[in-house]
Amino acid sequence: MKKAARTLAVRRRQQRLREWIIERLLFASAIVSVFTTLAILGVLLFEAVGFFQQVSIIEFFSETRWTPLFEPQYFGVLPLVWGTVMVTIISLVVAVPFGLGSAIFLSEYAPERLRKVVKPILEILAGVPTVVYGYFALTFVTPWLQNFFPQLIVFNALSAGVVMGIMIIPMVSSLSEDAMLAVPQSFREGAYALGARKHEVALRIVVPSALSGIIASFVLAISRAVGETMIVSMAAGSTPKLTLSPFESIQTMTGYITQISLGEAPFGSLEYSTIFSVGLALFLMVLIINLIGQWVAKRYWKRY
Amino acid sequence: MVSDVKIDVRNLSVWFGSNHVLKNIKIGFRPNAVTAVMGPSGCGKTTLIRAINRLNELIIGSRTTGEIYIDKEDIYSKETSVFELRRRVGMVFQKPNPFPISIYDNVAFGPRIHGVSDDKELQGIVERSLKEAALWDEVHDRLQDSALDLSGGQQQRLIIARALSVDPEIILMDEPCSALDPMATSKIEALMRKLAEKYTVIIVTHNMQQAARVSDYTVFMYVGEVVEYGITKNVFENPQNELTEKYITGEFG
Amino acid sequence: MGSPRSSRNGFLRQIEGSVIYILCLFAVVASLVSLVVLLFDVIQDGIPWLDLQFVTSFPSRFPEQAGILAALWGSIWVVGITALFSFPVGVGAAIYLEEYAPQNWLTSFIRLNISNLAGVPSIVYGILGLGLFVQALALGRSILAGALVMTLLILPVIIIASEEAVRSVPRAYREGAYALGATKWQVTRGVVMPQAFPGMLTGTILALSRAIGEAAPMIAIAALVFVRFVPTGPLDRFTVMPIQIYNWVNLPQAEFRGLAAAGILVLLIVLLGMNSIAIFIRNRYQKRAR
Repeated sequence: MKKAARTLAVRRRQQRLREWIIERLLFASAIVSVFTTLAILGVLLFEAVGFFQQVSIIEFFSETRWTPLFEPQYFGVLPLVWGTVMVTIISLVVAVPFGLGSAIFLSEYAPERLRKVVKPILEILAGVPTVVYGYFALTFVTPWLQNFFPQLIVFNALSAGVVMGIMIIPMVSSLSEDAMLAVPQSFREGAYALGARKHEVALRIVVPSALSGIIASFVLAISRAVGETMIVSMAAGSTPKLTLSPFESIQTMTGYITQISLGEAPFGSLEYSTIFSVGLALFLMVLIINLIGQWVAKRYWKRY
Repeated sequence: MVSDVKIDVRNLSVWFGSNHVLKNIKIGFRPNAVTAVMGPSGCGKTTLIRAINRLNELIIGSRTTGEIYIDKEDIYSKETSVFELRRRVGMVFQKPNPFPISIYDNVAFGPRIHGVSDDKELQGIVERSLKEAALWDEVHDRLQDSALDLSGGQQQRLIIARALSVDPEIILMDEPCSALDPMATSKIEALMRKLAEKYTVIIVTHNMQQAARVSDYTVFMYVGEVVEYGITKNVFENPQNELTEKYITGEFG
Repeated sequence: MGSPRSSRNGFLRQIEGSVIYILCLFAVVASLVSLVVLLFDVIQDGIPWLDLQFVTSFPSRFPEQAGILAALWGSIWVVGITALFSFPVGVGAAIYLEEYAPQNWLTSFIRLNISNLAGVPSIVYGILGLGLFVQALALGRSILAGALVMTLLILPVIIIASEEAVRSVPRAYREGAYALGATKWQVTRGVVMPQAFPGMLTGTILALSRAIGEAAPMIAIAALVFVRFVPTGPLDRFTVMPIQIYNWVNLPQAEFRGLAAAGILVLLIVLLGMNSIAIFIRNRYQKRAR
């Protein structure tokens, strides 16, 4: 009798120990994410510190030339930032109208059966690997655009921007559509009951009510565009410059990082450390965009 | 056809899919009066009033046959503009559904889409509508506030003001007080009587006492058909139909 | 017939409505058309170069002899090891967050991290890999380093999908098990995980299919561009299909464009296969769970 009670107690203790270990393991898995963030910041800052010991922060943010691989070396990040910004703006010019237009069509005009078919097909656009888009930009879009803009050269911001825009259309359309579908039907009925037509219901009631979600989709698209690498590496060029013409070749922050990674810069050299300083600038840019986006989305949030 | 009928419903039948909801409705609603439509759940009263502003058409799979004449014009004919119809026929819903915008913009929405763009004119319309809906005194100093900040009863009066803003002739109300407390309810009931002086008011209610309090005429419906229709006092005190009597005495609900 | 203020602008509004409808329709159609054009372009360029020889050869200076074998195996190795790491960690994190985590600041902080990480550009993960795995942990530019980078990259996606799967298990199931005296882990392992497993598996396969198309992080840790061998172990150097495609696109001779397109087709076929498996699993288990 005593023996049985003792083994039961031992078993319970073992069980509790096992439960405890398992919970610790699961917790460790969850903590990996925090570790990742810290590691990213750690690596970027650590190596960037080495960079900024040799190049002043002021030069980094104010110099308008970026030529770390040539003599004389200039380390102004502005041309790279501008290249990123220009390609992003072009991509938004494509993605916002087509994405939002698609969302309005699917949410307000299309019958349920059509929507169920079209939505996943649009999602395919988001699943195509970016190398494929880069290939498309270089081998199809650029020659095609040259029919309209003969001054377009082989590597240019316009093709990369347009193709990037196509890639992020589903991001804008899916999230905006979800936001619009979440608007209660009672709002639409109230508007119809006043004699509104379909497009008035959609544009004057549904879209303003869903604005927070729509803006969130824009922000997501922007941060995706800013961080995109392959399309710009393959199609936008590798010549950092501050120019207003989308027909010329430029270089984005991500494009530069790619270029230098494929090069022969030795570990520990100044050229090598530019990977991290530009990487840090990129990381900060995405962070700021996300923060601004969250603030804007919250401001337009309508409860219902 | 009696000469003072505003809305003449003839042989109206409505299906939702294979569900035959309204069966051959024949009824003439009088102008400048409050008509209550009552009956147990599922009898089709909401579907009936939604047929008057053709809001049933928003539901996929709905089918309507028959005619409804408003002032001798069949609103289901091909020549009728459904948008103009809905301007003439206003609707107040069971649960207040103000748009998530300001009080002012809620009331101004209707006039704006129907072509009023002059600011002074809009201000005048908003003030007039809110006064007519007995809400002006409570909100005149905070018209830019969100409509969602108002109480339930205030929101419902806002919806009434919104319906009035486009100068309708008929006002349909679908159980407008079911989500409101008794004080708000009595305010709205008083408003209904006042509105009947100028408009044709039809209310759907499952509250018999409300029908008795508020309406001049009462329609009793049962499973998609009109069972009885007459002056309210007569319907309640001297029902012609056995079903009506059973409903009124509470034998079923 | 109408009251004094009948609608003033019916005709204009009708035109406006038609214009808007056409514009929105055009948006959808144009988006779909661009997808079709993209696929058509790639297929047209790549089909002539897609044959058995292509899939079984190494890259070469001579286009006729070049093939994608090394990159294909490299991708398989990287994705395989990534799956090995990312599935348990991702699922474990999801289970912790949904079943075990208390409602405190730490949990919120972890969730905040995960959603932030989902938005970090993939090349930044590559830079992380370069500094941490390649250099600090001295793993060199190996498959293992690449797989670890990929793991971190797709972890947020797996966690979010797995959380969804766990959340969709009805409370009633858990409560039934607890009522029988089961411990937390017994409930998790016996009730929650079997129910959530298909969703977790689907989410992981979809995340892995994204990983296989990623070039940027692999470039950052400097996976080689010209690889003429099949990797034999996790510490070998390697290349992946997207990088091979990228390399071919940048070569001057026109034939290499065709090779790049063929490489794209192989990549797309692999992707199609993985996505189909994921969707198949999801559909099959969704029907059963009913």
